[in-house]
Amino acid sequence: MTETGAGVVIVGAGHAGGSAAAFLRQYGYQGPIAIVGDEPVAPYQRPPLSKAWLKGEADAESLMLRPLTFYAEQNIALILDVKVTALDRAARTLRLSDGRSLPYDNLILATGSRARPLPVPGADLKGVLYLRSAADAEELKAALGPGKRLAVVGGGYIGLEAAASARALGAEAVVLEREGRILARVAGGVLPKFFQAYHEARGVKFELGVTIEGFEGKDGHVSGVRLADGRVIPCDEALLGVGIIRNSELAQSAGLECNDGIVVDIRARTADPAIFAIGDVTHRPLPLYERMVGLESVANALEQAKQAAADIVGRPEPAHEVTWNWSDQYDIKLQMAGIPFDSDDLLVRGDPAAAKFAVFHLKGDVIRAVEAVNAPAEFMAARQLIGSQRPIDRAKLADTMVSMKEVAAG
Amino acid sequence: MAKVTYIEFDGAEHVVDVKNGLSVMEGAVKNNIPGIDADCGGACACATCHVYVDAAWKDKTGTPSAMEESMLDFAENVEPNSRLSCQIKVSDELDGLVVRMPESQH
Repeated sequence: MTETGAGVVIVGAGHAGGSAAAFLRQYGYQGPIAIVGDEPVAPYQRPPLSKAWLKGEADAESLMLRPLTFYAEQNIALILDVKVTALDRAARTLRLSDGRSLPYDNLILATGSRARPLPVPGADLKGVLYLRSAADAEELKAALGPGKRLAVVGGGYIGLEAAASARALGAEAVVLEREGRILARVAGGVLPKFFQAYHEARGVKFELGVTIEGFEGKDGHVSGVRLADGRVIPCDEALLGVGIIRNSELAQSAGLECNDGIVVDIRARTADPAIFAIGDVTHRPLPLYERMVGLESVANALEQAKQAAADIVGRPEPAHEVTWNWSDQYDIKLQMAGIPFDSDDLLVRGDPAAAKFAVFHLKGDVIRAVEAVNAPAEFMAARQLIGSQRPIDRAKLADTMVSMKEVAAG
Repeated sequence: MAKVTYIEFDGAEHVVDVKNGLSVMEGAVKNNIPGIDADCGGACACATCHVYVDAAWKDKTGTPSAMEESMLDFAENVEPNSRLSCQIKVSDELDGLVVRMPESQH
C-alpha cells in the first residue's frame, strides 16, 4: 500500500467512527487521522437519546463519546458539519460539501444509518419526529411533558423506550404497530407479551395490526394519526420508529459492493484494499452463524472499529465477539446477546410475572441467543455459552435453583 | 470533587480530579485514561468497566447492587474487591480513591 502521508480519514462521526480513531491511536498509529461528520458536534453516544437522556437523567456532556480535549491531545482532526459529496477511489480523495478535497491513505466509512421515513400524506407536518440524532432527541424532549399526547409509530425498541420516557415525563403515549404484536422481529411471543403488559400497566396504550394511512394536521402541526380503518388517533406529537436505512450511497456511487449495506469481510475490509467500512452501514459476516448480516448496535460499532484499526496498523485479527445489545424501559433492563438464527426451541428461565426472567433460543442444546429481563447472570453466562457453542443441560437451565455458574460449568 | 488514582494493569498511574456526581468510569473516560472500556456508556449492561478497589476504600465505595454483582460474577479475573466503575458515584468522601484496572475488559 502506498503511503502518501494523508493518513486515515474516517467518514462519519458516530460511535463507530469516533471509536475507530481512538483504537487507531491506542494501537500506536502515528499518522494523521481526520473524522468527517455531518452533524455539528463531536462523536456522542446515541443509546441514551431514547433512554436516560430523554428522561432528563443524563446531560449533553455525559453523551460525549470522548471529551473534546481527547481529539486535540491525540491529534485527531474533527471536520464537523460537513458532508462528503464524492469519493474518488482512483485518486484516493474525498470531496467535501465546503469545497475542500481531502486525500487519504486509508478510508473508513462509518456513515451509519438513518431513520426510515413513512411515505404517507402528512409525514412532513411539524411534530412528526424521528429519533436518531441529538437534535431529534432535543426536539422530542421539548415536545413532551404533562398533558401532551405522543403517538409512537412502530413497536420496536426505540418506540417502546420513547413511550416509557414519555410516561416518565408525564405525557400520554400510544404505540401503533402494523404487526399483530410489538417487537415483531423478536422470535417467540413471551418477550413481546411481557413488554406490552408492562407498558399497559404504566398507562401506555397499544393499537396493534393497524395501518397508518396518514397524519392529520392543524396549522401545519400534526394533530392525529389516520388509520386505514378510518379512525384518527389524536396526538400532539408523533414519533416514527419504523426501522432504518443504511447510509451506503457514497460507497455505492464509488462502485463498492453494497447489499443492504456496504459489504465487508471479517476485518471490516471492502474489496478496495484502502477502504474499510464499520458500524450500522455494513453488511458483515457473522462467523458464529455463518451468515452475512446488518447489525445496528454499539457492540457492532466497537467490534468493527477494532477490526479496521487492527488491520490498518497490522495487528492480528481481533477475537470474534458475540453480538449484544440492551434496552432500558422503566425499571427494566433488557440485555440481549446473539441472534436466534437456526434455533428450534425456546426455553424460559424465571418468571415473567416477577419481571425477572430470560428467554433462551436453542438449537438442540446449544444457546444461539438470549433476551434477559432484569437477569444479568443469565445474560452474561449466555454470552459466553453462545460464543463457545457448548451444549447445556436443559433441565438445569430451566431450573432457577441451579445457578447460571453451574449451568455454564455443564 | 475527589482526587482519584487509576492504576493501569502495567502499573501506569493516573491521578485526576473527578467532579462529584460523576461515576469513577466517567472520570476515566473524560480524562482519557486507558483500561476502562465502558462499552455501554454506564448503563450497567456490559461489564467492561471492571476495576479493583483498593482495600482501604472498599467500605466507602459501598456495596454492589444485585445487578452489578451478577454482571461481575461472569467477568474475567474477578476478585473480592472487584467493582463496575460505572456504578461508583464520586463524592468528597472518595477523595484519594485508588482503583486498579484488570489486564483486559473483554
